Amino acid sequence: MLQYVSKRILSLVLVLYIVITATFLLMHAIPGGPFTAEKKLAPEVLRNINARYHLDDPLWQQYTDYMGNILKFDFGPSFKYQDRTVNKIIADGFPVSLQLGSLAVLLAVAFGIPAGIIAALRHNRFLDYLVMSSSTLGISIPSFILASLLIYFLAFKIKLFPAAMWNGFSYMILPSISLAALPMAVIARLMRSSMLEVLSQDFIRTARAKGVGQGLLIYRHALKNSLIPVVTYVGPMAAGVLTGSFVVESIFNIPGLGRHFVTSIYNRDYTVILGITIFYSALIVFFNFLVDIAYVLLDPRISLDKKGEN
Amino acid sequence: MSDNLFTPIDASLDTSYDFSRPSTSYWQDVWRRLKKNKLALAGLFIIILVAIIAILGPFFTAYSYSDQDLKIANQSPSLAHWFGTDNLGRDLLTRVLYGARISLSIGIVASISTMVIGVLYGGIAGLAGGRIDDLMMRLIDIMWSIPWLLYVILLMVVMQPGLTNIFIALALVYWMPMARIVRGQILSLRELEYVMAARLAGAGSWRIIIKHLIPNSLGPILITATLTIPDAIFSEAFLSYIGLGVSAPMASWGVLASEGATSLRSYPFQLFFPAIAICITMLSFNFLGDGLRDALDPKMRK
Repeated sequence: MLQYVSKRILSLVLVLYIVITATFLLMHAIPGGPFTAEKKLAPEVLRNINARYHLDDPLWQQYTDYMGNILKFDFGPSFKYQDRTVNKIIADGFPVSLQLGSLAVLLAVAFGIPAGIIAALRHNRFLDYLVMSSSTLGISIPSFILASLLIYFLAFKIKLFPAAMWNGFSYMILPSISLAALPMAVIARLMRSSMLEVLSQDFIRTARAKGVGQGLLIYRHALKNSLIPVVTYVGPMAAGVLTGSFVVESIFNIPGLGRHFVTSIYNRDYTVILGITIFYSALIVFFNFLVDIAYVLLDPRISLDKKGEN
Repeated sequence: MSDNLFTPIDASLDTSYDFSRPSTSYWQDVWRRLKKNKLALAGLFIIILVAIIAILGPFFTAYSYSDQDLKIANQSPSLAHWFGTDNLGRDLLTRVLYGARISLSIGIVASISTMVIGVLYGGIAGLAGGRIDDLMMRLIDIMWSIPWLLYVILLMVVMQPGLTNIFIALALVYWMPMARIVRGQILSLRELEYVMAARLAGAGSWRIIIKHLIPNSLGPILITATLTIPDAIFSEAFLSYIGLGVSAPMASWGVLASEGATSLRSYPFQLFFPAIAICITMLSFNFLGDGLRDALDPKMRK
């Protein structure tokens, strides 16, 4: 286990290093800098700005400087907003996205898994068709359309929830439903098909023959074995949802990380783009790591130290 | 017995290694299974219907998709304008019909281009194996861990929004899962007994690729390709929403829906019609894709 964890952390660092390098180069390969989009600046002013942000240094030096700062967890200043650093933008935006995202992940898991189990138990019967149809609907509605419809019906027509802004729990409900719909549908479908597979296996028949009741059978024998595909999906999904969805955040006017990310790309705000990308990638890699740990907890047949089999 | 009773046989006439059977029966089998799935059939039917409407529909409307008439702006649905008009007085039905063309072609082009790139890349990786395979897959891993949105937006910023660039942007992203699936298929198939049997019987590499590997990985490829279409339409709608869609006055369903979303409070019908069009089409493709998966994958047959 320990050996695995240290190996994994090493590869985590390697992946992050490659992502940082690739994004850095991508960023500088794009024609037009952060200061070309605005009104024409006098050449001296431009030169001064470039000097201030070290944009006139040779590329390799910018790169090594940047890498050095990252080791100190310093993502540098924002090019666009004079008084804000990238660290500050992430520190402001992430907690908001995190709250919203956690609620969405919770919703998706809390409804998706039971729905999938019920569908599998009622295979080819009414409840199965109901779950499958509504989950297919869930993966068929773009989130901005779902969000708009929710606002129209639940905020304008019946004034149940506020339509926008970020002022407490009631403001989180509509956005988190919009965010959760797609993952919830995917989880229900994954859960159903893997549960169906597990239920057809011999050890389930053995347990049934022994007289294990339905509830215990599902909980003790089937659930753990069928959770693996779901866990595989939930890991990266959670990372994505936690770092914020631009669409949902902008429809509901929520000051989260996703919105900062897209505006920073529009503004060519190199340092912000890089900072958020690194943050996001680190989160994804970390969640994938958690997924691997969860495998072992769920299925004792999977051993992390012996990776030869697959 | 004398030697002249025997005649040597030309080795090329020996067809005993020819194990292939008429491959039509497999697809007949698939079709038979698909026909039993009512939802998938309904999906297929609606897709064909939408495609016909997309091709022929615009010829039957009295309006153009781009002519503006501010006197009739934001009209509710009526006999003259079935779906109402938008904020510039354009007939919404006509725009939804033209939008069908654009959204469908985005889906189909994305699907075909992913198939070509993904099959080639994944096929080469799977067949080459070893270090080349490792290298090619690590490349995908790296590209995959950079946020998708970053690529697409950077690309659109560099190349200016437009239909061709949406094609390119979507193809650039969606080939990766396809390549992974194809590579996985090839890797597992080439170890199977019947491939070994074919090889023992003297079949060459090309024969194995064409007769065994490709037909047997066609199922997953087809499923992925079908499900790429709604994905691409989905992503295009998202790009439209953040203002990187096709340029005006052309409009995909995504553009129409995001325009409608801005005037939601006063004219909700401007969102409803394109939203319904997107949802019905996406549902149909998803039902068809699911049906194909069940029909093509014998293990899922339950």
